[in-house]
Amino acid sequence: MSLRDYEEFVGSGTIYELQLLGERLAGKRIVNVNSTAVGGGVAEILNRLVPLVGELGVDMRWEVIKGGEEFFGLTKRMHNALQGGSEVFTPHDWLVYEETTRRNLEELDLDAHVVFVHDPQPAGLVTSRREGSRWVWRCHIDLSAPQQDAWRPLSEYVSRYDAAVFSAPQFSRGLEIPQVMIAPSIDPLSDKNRELAPAEIDHLLEGLAIPRDKPIVTQVSRFDRLKDPVGVIAAFRLARAYNDCRLVLAGGGAADDPEGAEVVRAVREAAGDDPDIHVLELPPTANLEINALQRASTVILQKSLKEGFGLTVSEALWKAKPVIAGAVGGIPLQITHRYSGILTHTVEGTAFWLRQLLNAPDYARHLGENGREHVRTNFLLTRHLRDYLLLFLFLDHPEERIVYLDG
Amino acid sequence: MANAPDAQQPFRFLSSLNLTLLTNLRARDLAELVQHLHSVSGSVIYHHTHHFLVRHQYLSPEPPNDFAYWISEVLQEDRLGEQVAAIDLMQFRTIRALRERLLAVIETYLEGCRQLRVAPEGEEFHFQESVSFVVPTGREASGLAQFLSCMELIGFGSLAFHFFDARLHLERGHNDFSEWLDSTLGERDLARAISQIDPYTHTMEGLRQEVMRLVRARLEGRAS
Repeated sequence: MSLRDYEEFVGSGTIYELQLLGERLAGKRIVNVNSTAVGGGVAEILNRLVPLVGELGVDMRWEVIKGGEEFFGLTKRMHNALQGGSEVFTPHDWLVYEETTRRNLEELDLDAHVVFVHDPQPAGLVTSRREGSRWVWRCHIDLSAPQQDAWRPLSEYVSRYDAAVFSAPQFSRGLEIPQVMIAPSIDPLSDKNRELAPAEIDHLLEGLAIPRDKPIVTQVSRFDRLKDPVGVIAAFRLARAYNDCRLVLAGGGAADDPEGAEVVRAVREAAGDDPDIHVLELPPTANLEINALQRASTVILQKSLKEGFGLTVSEALWKAKPVIAGAVGGIPLQITHRYSGILTHTVEGTAFWLRQLLNAPDYARHLGENGREHVRTNFLLTRHLRDYLLLFLFLDHPEERIVYLDG
Repeated sequence: MANAPDAQQPFRFLSSLNLTLLTNLRARDLAELVQHLHSVSGSVIYHHTHHFLVRHQYLSPEPPNDFAYWISEVLQEDRLGEQVAAIDLMQFRTIRALRERLLAVIETYLEGCRQLRVAPEGEEFHFQESVSFVVPTGREASGLAQFLSCMELIGFGSLAFHFFDARLHLERGHNDFSEWLDSTLGERDLARAISQIDPYTHTMEGLRQEVMRLVRARLEGRAS
């Protein structure tokens, strides 16, 4: 993909601004460091952003740390504990972390003006930062209520960075270093979000055995209690008493995830033999199917009880669909209640608004159109790219609140 | 009015691009909101009364400023939310004056308030501030016709800079367009007409169209 491919979505002015910021960063060397080259949201976004930054004339590289099974077992536990889970850590764990960090420092090329470190796994690399370089820690996870046993050692590393970046205000910690908010983004050119022809949508829905005979209400999310799929079924049934419609719950397969399998069982039990409720376990590659399902839907739900950023909301809004979603995590950043979608807190509230939107198609269309424009302005890849460029520039002006980049 | 001369000093269209910083400050109720409003920097006040204009540049009516939205939608204090939304930002030439007005409205309400409502967990008000990066757009105008052409092409970031940042963030007290039209082109009436537009009740596109309408009318008037 080239930057020019995004012009049809964001206009030439936005592309020009990116080029201008790129010019101001010319000559800077920036290196990203994370823990995986494939799979996961961080690798996905770096795969798209790094070439675009390069196209702007900025030298941006990407390094990946290596570690053994013990190290990645530890960082997975850290990840859970930092997001509020309960884990046990031993002094040996931190020795493993330090030793893996030391070995990576010997192998990685971190010679750059800006070292951009993603998530907890490589955070310890900062211990050997060189004078003159700027270090930024990019946190992609929810740190609002971390287990202190995991956060305390990590925070000692984070305090040595020049800045930290969080996806939403409530995910941040009270750090002494500057904290920047940069929301994640969706790519309008990806299979999950690109335009689909009506015939393509029909074909994909046919493949999923979803009839198009009545309005479709959809929730796309992995089968997790915190996404409240059983609550979605309850809300759907309350609304269906007045509005004939069909519910699709689509999420990743739960074959390797015992907890997920248990949730799927509970969802299937709640659905019973109701012919209007479709529970779809889709493979991770089913991006086009998810795209088609969202485009074929009349209303989209994201009734989360707890949420990270919840980018599925932006995916749905980008398709100009009215969305009803839980007011948790990053969702209120994506939906302004009654302007660009609906925020709810309960099953009954979700059912009430579902009926409203099914019965008021003009208002529903208005919400969807506003939602699409909101995503265009705030949650597309180009905005994400712009914020990263501004962040790199900010590192040279940490005390200023108005910075003139005038030649 | 006599025909305006071409300018000696061209108008250079700038644009602002904003990066959001987190402040570590949050409020769970109105008392905490007031406490922090007293001490936060002017950039924080500016961010929460202006960033929504760019974030929601397509909406009409626009959602109210961040303080009013949180008070109405999260605390469910509709009366106060309405009062804070109704604060006329056009009346303030400094952020200090705007801060004082915000505080006066909320503190007066609190005097008659028996019990404070507390935001649900996760829906606290998070104070943020903007770092504005001001960049050239590469466009400049030496006369009125050229000004109109540029106005048609500039992005919303440019409109926002010359209307909002210039007037209140940089505390110039007026928008840049009116200042240039008056002082450099001698277009006093047109400058006054543009300064009387309330930019807070227009979408960004609506604002652009309104300025263009006034400039076009002036050009037609000069031609006839």
